[in-house]
Amino acid sequence: MASPAPSYLQRASTALNHVRQTLKEADLVRTVPAWIKDQEPKVSAAWATSSKALAKAGRATWVWVVEQTPKVSRALARSYRTLAKAGGASWTWTRAQAPKVSAALGRARQLWEERAAATAPNKMKRRTPKTAPAREPLPDALEKAPPDSALLLLGLLQKEGRLLDFLQEDIKSYSDQEVGAAARVLHQGCQRVLREHLKIAPVRDEPEGSRITLEQGFDAASIRPTGNLVGDPPFTGSLVHRGWRVVETRLPQVASGHDLRILAAAEVEL
Amino acid sequence: MSETRYAVGIDLGTTHCALSYVDSEKSEGEDIVQALVPVPQLVTAGTVESLPLLPSFLYLPHQDEFRSSDLALPWGGDPSRIGGELARTQGTMTPIRLISSAKSWLCHPDVDRKAPILPAGAPDEVPQVSPFEASVHYLSHLRDAWNGLHPFAPLDRQEVTVTVPASFDPAARELTAEAARTVGIKHLVLLEEPQSALYSWVNDTKGDWRNQVRVGDVILVVDVGGGTTDLSLIAVTENEGALELTRVAVGEHILLGGDNMDLSLAYLLRKKLAQSGVELDRWQLQALTHGCRHAKESLLADPELELIPVVVPSRGSRLIGGSIRTELTREEVQTSLIEGFFPAVPAASRPAGRSRGALTQVGLPYAQDPAVTRHLAAFLGRQAGATEDLAGFVAQHPEASFLHPTAVLFNGGVFKADVLRQRVLEVLNQWLTAEDAPPARLLEAGDLDLAVARGAAFYAHARRHGGVRIRGGTSHTYYVGVESTMPAIPGMDPELQALCLVPFGLEEGSEPVAPPQEFGLVVGEPVRFRFFGSSVRREDEVGELLEEWLDEELEELEEIQTTLPTEERKKGEVVAVRLQAAVSEVGTLELTAIPVEPTDERWNVTFNTRGNGG
Repeated sequence: MASPAPSYLQRASTALNHVRQTLKEADLVRTVPAWIKDQEPKVSAAWATSSKALAKAGRATWVWVVEQTPKVSRALARSYRTLAKAGGASWTWTRAQAPKVSAALGRARQLWEERAAATAPNKMKRRTPKTAPAREPLPDALEKAPPDSALLLLGLLQKEGRLLDFLQEDIKSYSDQEVGAAARVLHQGCQRVLREHLKIAPVRDEPEGSRITLEQGFDAASIRPTGNLVGDPPFTGSLVHRGWRVVETRLPQVASGHDLRILAAAEVEL
Repeated sequence: MSETRYAVGIDLGTTHCALSYVDSEKSEGEDIVQALVPVPQLVTAGTVESLPLLPSFLYLPHQDEFRSSDLALPWGGDPSRIGGELARTQGTMTPIRLISSAKSWLCHPDVDRKAPILPAGAPDEVPQVSPFEASVHYLSHLRDAWNGLHPFAPLDRQEVTVTVPASFDPAARELTAEAARTVGIKHLVLLEEPQSALYSWVNDTKGDWRNQVRVGDVILVVDVGGGTTDLSLIAVTENEGALELTRVAVGEHILLGGDNMDLSLAYLLRKKLAQSGVELDRWQLQALTHGCRHAKESLLADPELELIPVVVPSRGSRLIGGSIRTELTREEVQTSLIEGFFPAVPAASRPAGRSRGALTQVGLPYAQDPAVTRHLAAFLGRQAGATEDLAGFVAQHPEASFLHPTAVLFNGGVFKADVLRQRVLEVLNQWLTAEDAPPARLLEAGDLDLAVARGAAFYAHARRHGGVRIRGGTSHTYYVGVESTMPAIPGMDPELQALCLVPFGLEEGSEPVAPPQEFGLVVGEPVRFRFFGSSVRREDEVGELLEEWLDEELEELEEIQTTLPTEERKKGEVVAVRLQAAVSEVGTLELTAIPVEPTDERWNVTFNTRGNGG
């Protein structure tokens, strides 16, 4: 039996990883009771996939699986129980429980992986001493920003300030006065969105035009030196723009399954 | 003590609800740890946001109007009913499905408060709910918001104060208490809103209130909310060297508030637009009202501004091409708002009355006269003798035509505008000066929107842990109608006498009172009594039989009724009973029928909230 371990284990652990990921979402999605209902089939599907993957694997592994299953199912049962309780009780409680659930599933996964190391000993053991200490994998240099918050904010700006209507309209044929009138709607509404959902403060409190000094080790993300940029800090220059930073975001919660791509629903008056 | 760690205050308002609490474990003496509970609510389909206020609106969506998954609340919720912000915005576009001002319907004597009548005038297909159910819905929303934040200290285990307008009659108070019990609130007390505002002020001063008022002061609380105006007088008295507060009078239920003011400005601008040939539809009028509110606030806050442009955005996606621009000027705000709602009238003026006979359909009894100052003049005039019997009070000047307040506390969002506070104070002081009385002082209140909820929480805390209490008891004297035993004359109604059943100022926890008169009740048949209240006849004693009174002295309320069960008696038997009245722990009026022959039997006498034949 040419070690089926890597492939099935990989699949099994992917499946479990998936379970864990779905559970982790519990942290993000706050409308938990509804969410749980939605997720439950996914969790069991993932579990079924991993069992199937294991069943396909060779006999030796199968025996091992039979041995391990009770442990894993105990771990899963625990997490199920926690989830089931969460369904009835309140959502804050669930949020507090989510890490525990994740941990329980993490333990289950660890079990699989330990066993993976044990069942595929030859390859692993041969390799380990010879290879140099594995290099820390580089964090992905570029992350994809999840679109949800962006769409949510865009929806808010449209709802309160009609931002999309303003930007999508052909502005050429209108007089400045007409554009100005519309800009008032935009300004009032969008300002309200900013005030209610984001706390924004200037990066530097000094008035623009004043002389400021950047010490060694200044935060390059929040301050950008430009112009005659030579030598070492401290740099002295004049503040051209005070910058803006978000101090706090308070975005609304979104129902699971809510289609955020609809920025503004079409309206039909009956 | 962990059982009731929190003292919770619920402001169940006509247009907004708020939830505040005091952490009794962390509070000591006058150092009160208090916070507001943000209320999660749908703001658009699919998004839930926690806002400091819950708009008191209920929307009954069409089954195809929303995806039901988009209506989920953190605690699940019922997709057939939307409450709060989304209800309000959705209702502006589909008003036939919107319930608003449920609280005003709750004290409407001409309708059955537990019958599904709201939204009023909705097409048959739209399911209707009762004013009572709507109140239950707002309370259960607040309960769920609380329980979400405090899963280990659910609301049913806390001390809870729910506020009611001072002008609520006993039946409306009882309905409010019943609604609170329906959502599982066990330790409940009711508190009048103006009192709550004063508690909040007391709390904000952190004990310094004792230096800001003195014995003999009469504090006028003017509470103008979104939909109602509520007035109360609270006297500062002394008991064993300590200052005490006593509520001496409450005003009538006046359906007049900030929303009327915004609407009047919007109508003004609509008229202006109509003159230039621009007609607005309902949606645009709503947008115009929003714009007016914004413009009004800017104009009232900044005396330098002469005008503010108001833009009605187009409803379609052509924002620039389709928007309508107009202006709101300072002069318009001055004439429409200040002269319209707060005119400088003499103290002797009275609001224009309403003709009751001409009502063709049942609606809310909105105030006919928009002038808050005229309602105020009427209130103070009617209550000229409110402090006569109060210990430690110098009798008012015999020629005083109205009660002279010495201090004023404002409450309600309308008075966020300093101009309006100053205006009311100015008008009041003119009245006072005309009668050679010293001008009234202004008591500086904190947050005018949230004071009622905060004061309510403070009261719930102070009840258990000690602190200043406002005394008051019942705000009216109550009477039952008794037909006189004159021989019947054809074509004449039998003459009616009023038997005083509850004296003015009957306090919670005091001995029950019972007039000596006996009534014969027929077993097994519902027996009804006509029921009256008076806010000015303070001196009538229990058992007094009035044969004559002035029309404006007594106001007829809902009937009260009782049915003697047939269990131990024969049907049709007549039992002699006395009526007994007491004020319950909760703060509601409890009436009981007690047989004259000594037994342990007691029968509840309930308020008939099914409408006076209306």
